Amino acid sequence: MGCGTSVTDIRVKKSERAIKAAILIQRWYRSYVARMEMRRRYALSIFQSIEYADEQAQMQLSSFFTFMLDHFTHPNEPDPDTISHFVSSTTDNSISDSDLMMEEYERTIEIPDSYYGPHLCFPLTVADTNALLQAFKYRQQLHARYVLQLLHETKKVLQQMPNITQLSTSYVKEITICGDLHGKLDDLLLIFYKNGLPSEENPYIFNGDFVDRGKNSVEILIILFAFLVVYPNHFHLNRGNHEDHIMNLRYGFTKEVMNKYRSYGKKILRLLQDVYSWLPLAAIVDSKVLILHGGISDTTDLNFLNTFQRNKLKTLLKPLKSKTETNHKPQGPTLIEECSTLKEVKKCLSRQDITKSSSASSERKQNSTVVADAKKLVSLADRTSSAEEQKSSVTTPCTSPELKTKEWKQVIDILWSDPKHQNGCTPNKYRGGGCCFGPDVTARWLKKYNLKMLIRSHECKQEGYEISHNGKVITIFSASNYYEEGSNRGAYIKLNPDLIPRFFQYQVNKGTRKKTIRQRVSTVELSALKSLREKLYTHKSELIEAFRQHDPNDTGNISPSQWASAMESVLHLDLPWRTLRSRLVQLAKNGNVEYLSSFDDLEIELPIKEVQPSLVETLCRYKADLEIIFNMIDKDHSGLISIDEFRQTWKLFNLHLKIDVDDDSIDSLARSIDFNKDGNIDFNEFLEAFHVVHKLESRNTK
Amino acid sequence: MATEEKEVAVAESIIVDIQKKITDAFEVFDHECNKTVDVREIGTIIRSLGCCPSEGDLHDMLAEVEEEEPTGFIRLEKFLPMMTRILMERRYRPIPEDILLRAFEVLDQNKCGHLTKEELVKYMTEEGEPFTQEEMEEMLSAAVDPETNTVRYKDYISMMVVDEN
Repeated sequence: MGCGTSVTDIRVKKSERAIKAAILIQRWYRSYVARMEMRRRYALSIFQSIEYADEQAQMQLSSFFTFMLDHFTHPNEPDPDTISHFVSSTTDNSISDSDLMMEEYERTIEIPDSYYGPHLCFPLTVADTNALLQAFKYRQQLHARYVLQLLHETKKVLQQMPNITQLSTSYVKEITICGDLHGKLDDLLLIFYKNGLPSEENPYIFNGDFVDRGKNSVEILIILFAFLVVYPNHFHLNRGNHEDHIMNLRYGFTKEVMNKYRSYGKKILRLLQDVYSWLPLAAIVDSKVLILHGGISDTTDLNFLNTFQRNKLKTLLKPLKSKTETNHKPQGPTLIEECSTLKEVKKCLSRQDITKSSSASSERKQNSTVVADAKKLVSLADRTSSAEEQKSSVTTPCTSPELKTKEWKQVIDILWSDPKHQNGCTPNKYRGGGCCFGPDVTARWLKKYNLKMLIRSHECKQEGYEISHNGKVITIFSASNYYEEGSNRGAYIKLNPDLIPRFFQYQVNKGTRKKTIRQRVSTVELSALKSLREKLYTHKSELIEAFRQHDPNDTGNISPSQWASAMESVLHLDLPWRTLRSRLVQLAKNGNVEYLSSFDDLEIELPIKEVQPSLVETLCRYKADLEIIFNMIDKDHSGLISIDEFRQTWKLFNLHLKIDVDDDSIDSLARSIDFNKDGNIDFNEFLEAFHVVHKLESRNTK
Repeated sequence: MATEEKEVAVAESIIVDIQKKITDAFEVFDHECNKTVDVREIGTIIRSLGCCPSEGDLHDMLAEVEEEEPTGFIRLEKFLPMMTRILMERRYRPIPEDILLRAFEVLDQNKCGHLTKEELVKYMTEEGEPFTQEEMEEMLSAAVDPETNTVRYKDYISMMVVDEN
């Protein structure tokens, strides 16, 4: 190196060039990373929009339930059978609280010799929790008998707890607070690995949403409940919005239990409904830090929440019978009016059922106005009825309907709300339940109760936590890779006696080698775009109609801004359509959008010839809703419903959603899916047929 | 006259489009939904819009849009006109592949077609506008061939360029 005369000169030049080269590479690399980061953020916003739209649909289902109850429970209802199914599916077949229960499980449920999973020994000790952790690491399963016994014990412990748990840091140095786990066992195990197992010296609070979405909700519940039973004073659980059996129908936990426990699944689920209802609603540390799942509203009343009978709220998603159907005598003229309207709705509906579909569109028109009335009624019923069962209102005579509504509203607000950045308190229209509360609401409310801070969960955050409302609200989320591998970190909080939170982040990593930024982003991005395109497919006809309005000459091309506004007007997802454009559709040379191209790759698995395309879309779109409804009708979890039940439900669902599908096509659809012609429909198989598949991808995997 | 008007209209629609793009990118980081973003995110926003400024350039841009009394937040109101101008004037254009390749060649003093991991780390963390440890680890995870522990930069560049599309 350097054989010339002015060695230093050359060196200086060389190093100058090297610095310039380094800067150039740094500039280039930083831009690359920024573009990747942007793509990742967009992908996350897609996931979040779709998630919230889905929750909204779930909340709307509850008004459908009311609608259904109103119609099915009419005394002159020609088919009272369906109705009893529907109602009894959620009435609590009360389980006796006697201690005999434990022995009874032992007596009636035999554990075969071939069982190689963990054995529990009641009363539980640390040895049992260790055995469980060990077994679940190796993907073993706990026997149904132990599960039932554990649930039984859990319920006994929970029943001793107040609605709001008071905790203190004075005896222990720190309390650990974890957010949503959503069936992600690896995250729970990682938290225990990093932070130590729960014990008297190492207390934990888990802030709801233990189940659904992930594959190991069962295992998570078992571990959490076992620790609760072993350390009832140092291990705490708050209820989340997913600790609700109707949520579980949609988001996977019910299926997981049925798959893992087959014949005992029903029993487990029923007992769980009870356990859920006994979960405390919140915890307060040192009288200063409130911990609950969702948030608050301007009407949240801690004293009320502390005193009402929490186990009456089995689910927030099914308003009881609407007010007009309960024992409470209607008061005042408005309610009497309602009754008469309701009767008309029913008359009309039953007439429609008797006089087959042939009786033309004039009646349908008439129906639609009646339905509009019914809708008004339903929404009124939603507001006035609580989620409590009629049964309990009889057994606890002191509860007036107003009080029940108040209980429902108070609880839905703390389990479903999200903080927002603007001041004020508004309904949470993204999720369809609870509210969005601003920094002013937080400040006033905390002051009123002399609290310092609110720790809540409920929302996935990229870093696993987020601080908002001037440090007064903290979101903690403990399920890493929630939407997709690499989508987000998980975190937990440690709170010491000074009540200054410390955050610990982590991310479960399956692969051995660290993934590159590109690999991480594209996994998340591809999966987000995939779900988005499925969503597009379920609105295909509507979208095409909206596109064509901008394309009078039928060229197949429209401008990007026309495309973006058409997308938003149909889908209401509030996404940056312009930026996503190139990833969703083909672009023509002039930059225009070839709008039909976004549907190119999609189709449904088993195209059913008998069904017209618009009905296929409708079925795809409401697949999750229908699954829940069918499951509720299918009381014995046989997976079968009768053709009549199918037809009835579907008609009501149509009326409720104001979908215009003529009855003939429903009938032919029903006939065509009764594959073995025994008058029953396997609805899981049926719905599976309406799963959107990506042709290219399925071809590749083949 | 008519053509002039048409040109004006086209230019205006281009501006509208650019501004919409800038606003979209800005809003991704506008967590408070009040048309402001954290000053630390401005770099990501500018770069994600296809610009390749150096840290120094970025510093100048920030100075232009920051409030007189820095609040730690940048307002869209100030950011939008500056960014529109930059994009219209096509400043800080992306670095073409061949220039990037030449930059790596400068660092490859032995002209052997690769840099060792240590060489790359040294240049990137000690020269120019040094990478943070996180940035460095991120870059290495894609750039270094784990078997030879070297960076075959030509392959690396073409891989990175393809990736983006």
